[in-house]
Amino acid sequence: MKILVCISNVPDTTAKITFTDNDTRLNKNGIQYIIGPYDDYALARGVELKEQSGGTLTVLHVGEADADPQIRKALAIGADDAIRVNADPLDSYFVAVQIADVAKQNNYDLILMGRESIDYNSGVVHGLVGEMLGIASYSPVMKLDIADGSATISREIDGGKEVLKAPLPLVLGCQEPIAEWKIPNMRGIMTARTKPLTVVEPVSVDEMTVPEKYFLPAPKGACKMIPASEAGTLIRLLQTEAKVL
Amino acid sequence: MSVLIYVELDNGSIKKTSLEAVAYGAKVAEKTGDKAVVLAIGKADASALEIAGNYGAVKVLHASDEKLSHENSLAYADALAQAAGQEGSKIIILSKSGLGDAMAARAAAKLKAGVVSGVTALPEINGSFKVTRGIFTGKAFATTELKSDVKILVIKKNVIEINEDDVAFANAVVETFSPQLRDADFKASVVNVEKANSELSLTEAQIIVSGGRGMKGPEHWQPLVDLAHALGAATGCSKPVSDLDWRPHHEHIGQTGIKVAPNLYIACGISGAIQHLAGVNGSKCIVVINKDPEAPFFKAADYGIVGDVFEILPKLTEAAKNL
Ligand SMILES: Cc1cc2nc3c(=O)[nH]c(=O)nc-3n(C[C@H](O)[C@H](O)[C@H](O)COP(=O)(O)OP(=O)(O)OC[C@H]3O[C@@H](n4cnc5c(N)ncnc54)[C@H](O)[C@@H]3O)c2cc1C
Repeated sequence: MKILVCISNVPDTTAKITFTDNDTRLNKNGIQYIIGPYDDYALARGVELKEQSGGTLTVLHVGEADADPQIRKALAIGADDAIRVNADPLDSYFVAVQIADVAKQNNYDLILMGRESIDYNSGVVHGLVGEMLGIASYSPVMKLDIADGSATISREIDGGKEVLKAPLPLVLGCQEPIAEWKIPNMRGIMTARTKPLTVVEPVSVDEMTVPEKYFLPAPKGACKMIPASEAGTLIRLLQTEAKVL
Repeated sequence: MSVLIYVELDNGSIKKTSLEAVAYGAKVAEKTGDKAVVLAIGKADASALEIAGNYGAVKVLHASDEKLSHENSLAYADALAQAAGQEGSKIIILSKSGLGDAMAARAAAKLKAGVVSGVTALPEINGSFKVTRGIFTGKAFATTELKSDVKILVIKKNVIEINEDDVAFANAVVETFSPQLRDADFKASVVNVEKANSELSLTEAQIIVSGGRGMKGPEHWQPLVDLAHALGAATGCSKPVSDLDWRPHHEHIGQTGIKVAPNLYIACGISGAIQHLAGVNGSKCIVVINKDPEAPFFKAADYGIVGDVFEILPKLTEAAKNL
């Protein structure tokens, strides 16, 4: 089985977000970058499935060279090789076109990624890629097993869960508890250095959406504290002051 | 030309979040001088669909083929793209949900459309077309210009204020819509569907009462459920609570769970870790009850009570019953 896992390179969940250049760019100063947390789940399950099936796992990232440490980490966790499409990822559509282009040349059985990146939170890349390749896409996948060319998928739907059996190839957006995150071991880190990381140039894409300006939410007003002994008055305040009851 | 709005159905009626999408779409149509047309897929009564007229739609396309009665994002996206073609829609609007994002993505690739998900306000349209969206899990916003000919917006809940009392009565015309179904969209077989049998879905609820590890165990959940019943609220929980199986996984709110945006979110015994906040920061009003005055959740709260949840919840329930 040939597996492709797509990873994003995003600021750590706890990063403080600020902007520079007249609020047109993210201030990367002091931010620690990580593999997208949902992509980490996809990678972990991808590695397990590769080990079970004896197949190959390629990791793909659309981004610039500053993401190479995260790509090496994915190689240390168990990917066999990596491809980086050398471009500043402008929007979901752009990223999806690059992924689909790589996928078209390689015929993967399974394309895994996180259900969303935690920077733009769009949750649309898997669907775009699926449609561009003319294959099915499902998200958010919480359990995934492969047997006889078919995937059994358990995924969240509004107010519940759904189990599907779908033939490969597939594009899946993953989330916990699909697998436990994997931490690279020493041997993995050493071998990752020698695994191939191919850098390719992007294919051109029409500009669809362009971020123009960033801003922070208005500062939150102080929290109104209510003494525990008068807890009941909260309900009245919610009705008359906050007007939410 | 028209603005096309996809509405999700629940037991044959249009979901509340989708009615917001209709109102949003109607406002956009007003700006562009188009008509607001709705697409509904699945089983529904015509009378339940006509209500879209109250929110500004002139027409509802209803695709009711038996094969579409089970939610299938692939076929639904196909139907959406075909409806956009039929209606000459350059702007397509969906509400943010798993289904909304999945359909938006696949339709965007079919129509070569730019797609922006997580839209938080009406677009600015004058020469260019710009929307605001939430990014970094609610920690910031971005103004984004859509340059493509066809534009797809996936809007968050509570983006538009609808006062139910002000809704004017005007029925929309309901027309049958029969998209061409492709076998490729039906290759998957559904093995099992488990729907929660709670009365209220978290994404639709206006009030949510949610509990964390401070609730101490599943056997202590009743005071929280009592308050939820008194307020007509849905119940939610933090991640450790669902990991420990105290509550079902689909009640788990946060970055890795469900993102909610109710009018009122009451957090009981939840510390307010960043990953939990990421799922609730769209709430209009946040109430935090925690015995630790230093709990980070108080920083995000509008109202707070420092104290033991087991003493405070019954007092709130009592007061809520007397509303
Ligand atoms: C990648 C990742 C993703 C995550 N995603 C999510 C997510 O989606 N959702 C989520 O919730 N978490 C998520 N987490 C976990 C998150 O970091 C926190 O661990 C979690 O939210 C803590 O849950 P809690 O507040 O219920 O428990 P705790 O942190 O244990 O807090 C319990 C709180 O209850 C209070 N308390 C105890 N007893 C009482 C009492 N009798 N009366 C009043 N107060 C009391 C305590 O003071 C404390 O503040 C994620 C973590 C990671 C690493």
